[in-house]
Amino acid sequence: MSFANPDVWEITLLSLKVSGLATAISLLIGLPVGTGLALGRFPGRNFLLSLVNTGMALPPVVVGLAVAMALWRSGPLGDLHLIYTPTAIVIAQTIIAAPVVTGLTSAALQQLDPRLRLQLYGLGASRAQMVLALWRQARLPLLAALMAGFGSVISEVGASMMVGGNIRHQTRVLTTAIVLQTNMGEFGGAIALGILLLVITFLINFTLTWIQQRGARR
Amino acid sequence: MSALLEVRDLRVLRDRRPVLEIERLAVESGEVLAVVGPNGAGKSSLLLAAARLLKPERGEIRFGGQPADAMSDLDYRRRIGLVLQEPLLLDTSVFENVAAGLHFRHLPKEEITRRVGVWLERLGIEALRQRPAARLSGGEAQRVSLARAFALQPQLLLLDEPFSSLDAPTRLRLLDDLHALLAETSTTTVFITHDLKEAGRIARRVAVLLDGRLRQVGAPEQVFSAPADEDVAAFLGK
Repeated sequence: MSFANPDVWEITLLSLKVSGLATAISLLIGLPVGTGLALGRFPGRNFLLSLVNTGMALPPVVVGLAVAMALWRSGPLGDLHLIYTPTAIVIAQTIIAAPVVTGLTSAALQQLDPRLRLQLYGLGASRAQMVLALWRQARLPLLAALMAGFGSVISEVGASMMVGGNIRHQTRVLTTAIVLQTNMGEFGGAIALGILLLVITFLINFTLTWIQQRGARR
Repeated sequence: MSALLEVRDLRVLRDRRPVLEIERLAVESGEVLAVVGPNGAGKSSLLLAAARLLKPERGEIRFGGQPADAMSDLDYRRRIGLVLQEPLLLDTSVFENVAAGLHFRHLPKEEITRRVGVWLERLGIEALRQRPAARLSGGEAQRVSLARAFALQPQLLLLDEPFSSLDAPTRLRLLDDLHALLAETSTTTVFITHDLKEAGRIARRVAVLLDGRLRQVGAPEQVFSAPADEDVAAFLGK
């Protein structure tokens, strides 16, 4: 498979769309939940933190299995007809990335001086203003959380294969395409796709790192 | 003179242990009250309770003659200025740090620029306007913290040992500047310190807090020359 093949760009675009969307949804979940876990004091908090930390190491194939069972025709969500669709991959990848973003958000905010919250309240901040100020203060580790979340899904193959099915023109993404090429003995194509995946991952992380370090220098 | 802040029958628990029990303490409008006591006496708990950042087990706080409970925590806190021992500046410029509380109050941009300019100049840190807060010395950072509180034009200023982590010459300079600013603005102030010289230099009245209880309140010269009991005398080094 060469770079001139339109399939390559279709697969690349789908990979970016699916993993980008999963990361964005993970951020929408992980940022508030991680903040609540970092700042809140409630019964069961330590249990929830342990759960999130365990979730950060969830094997993608286990997530793929669970999502496949849920979306399977005879499964509890079978009527939605989502199995072997890009939406199924987004769901699985969100389950993989959300604990990563949540856990790292929580860790980032817990590293801030706890008296900073008192100082912000003392300056007349509302609760929302206080949280926004803390996010701003922890923006560098929060960007790292975003990078880790994206990295965990753009590179995973197990869940995408199991819930997406690696269907050409529909659910084939870079990682599943690499597996297919390898299984077919097309190592040249697999290597080319592998390099493409690495370059894309590098470019996205390079951009985020540049933003992060620009913030650090200020 | 009327009391701007009054606490009655205040009891604060920490880890289910009483750390503060005060029958009555009033801060008159325009006065500077220094609360002195050794470490662990309950000074910071008193300040945080007065800022409504620590919920007392019981007791009443009156502000301007009215029960403070009549207003929300946010409304109440927007009437005060708080300066803690560490400056706890935000990771941004000096200007934005001083502007932070004004932004929280949604003040117009021109008013924010004006007030920040005034207080940067009064605290002698105009030249540091655009400098990142992370690159300030301890004394500069505490000046920013003071400017940030004064810019709010608070009815009540609460200062929790703001100079204790500074070296002696810096501390003395800041104390003089603060003394002048408080005299000029007539801001009602509660100044927490364990340094008796600081208290005597800046306050009209001194309250001695030992083991969570108020043991003596009076003019500095009166308290220092005639301690109410042996414990107060021991604390004062008499």
